[in-house]
Amino acid sequence: MRVIIVGCGRVGSTLARMLADANHEVVIVDQTSDSFRRLGPKYRGTRQVGSGTDIDALKRAGIEKADVFVSVTDGDNRNIMAAQIARSVFDVPTVLTRIYDPSRAAAYRELGIQTICTTTIAANLMFDLAEGEPVTEFVQELQNVRSSGGSAAAGNSGPRTSGANAGGAAA
Amino acid sequence: MYCIIVGGGNVGYYLSKDLATAGHEVLLLEKDRQRAARLVEELGEMAMQGDGCEVRVMEEVGFGRADVIVAVTGEDEDNLVVCQMAKRKFGVPRTIARVNSPANEALFNKLGIDTTVSATRIIFNLLEQEIESDLVVPLAALSRGNLEIVQVELSPQSRVVGKRIAEVVMPAGAHIVSVIRQDRGMLPAPEAVLETGDSVLALVSTELENELVSTFGEV
Repeated sequence: MRVIIVGCGRVGSTLARMLADANHEVVIVDQTSDSFRRLGPKYRGTRQVGSGTDIDALKRAGIEKADVFVSVTDGDNRNIMAAQIARSVFDVPTVLTRIYDPSRAAAYRELGIQTICTTTIAANLMFDLAEGEPVTEFVQELQNVRSSGGSAAAGNSGPRTSGANAGGAAA
Repeated sequence: MYCIIVGGGNVGYYLSKDLATAGHEVLLLEKDRQRAARLVEELGEMAMQGDGCEVRVMEEVGFGRADVIVAVTGEDEDNLVVCQMAKRKFGVPRTIARVNSPANEALFNKLGIDTTVSATRIIFNLLEQEIESDLVVPLAALSRGNLEIVQVELSPQSRVVGKRIAEVVMPAGAHIVSVIRQDRGMLPAPEAVLETGDSVLALVSTELENELVSTFGEV
């Protein structure tokens, strides 16, 4: 799978390493080269300095052939804009974005962008743990995320490069 | 009209004052507390501290009853989200976004923003008019940049000099809108004959602009 990650923060760098170690082709894009230090010396993917909302930079990162696009900068609006570029301009099959603001995350889920709202997920998990109940709220939120990209992108999800479509959302 | 302006920088500030003077109901939203405090001090109830992308704030200030939202922050992505949320969640009839990077104009139109304003492009067009080195000079962009009004000044060698307007073969969908002769604008009567020095104003789709060079160019 070809993956582009925008934002080499904690999540971005961790995800990049995980995907590269799992033998996927990873390009991680960040505006400051210092951020790439988080990747550590064993990172096997590619790094690119640039802005995730700059179409030329995204083309250089290979977005036209990407299977998965992830925007995890620290700015919700930047993540939303990058995700929409990936979805509407380049038709990347799976687009994931981390959004801190729950209301914005919900609003953009309808656009076929799988928004992962860490605020809601953390709150739901802690709610369940605090109540001492099974983690139902948490699981429900995960299902909300899963079904958002899948329903809007039905028939689209799955890597571009492989022939078979796995069907449903690729989380 | 109830106008909400998001972004209390220079553009937002002067725009609010002008709109208020013109008799409209205006609200100026600024995210930065210090700046917002100064704006409130000067503009009173017309200004407020708040992030125009947060649903809670949008509900509080009445995005639902706004006639137009103008997003003029310094960041294109913020302007994009304000306008999209305004339209999708609150059904605001008209959204206007400032675009700092010219590359984002086409993108924003594609993503559903009604009107984008790129200061860079406006100034660039004005400069082109000043320089007038090109035969076809764009004057104004209309209809989200799909159409333009352009100006063509006819040199003695232009192939249309001496021809009637009815004889000029224009690209598909393009029309001669007016002919300016010695500082007087004329309607393009079909029988009127074009002369050297005439400035022809034409409405043309942006992508066919270059075809006008062969239409009006040298023989």
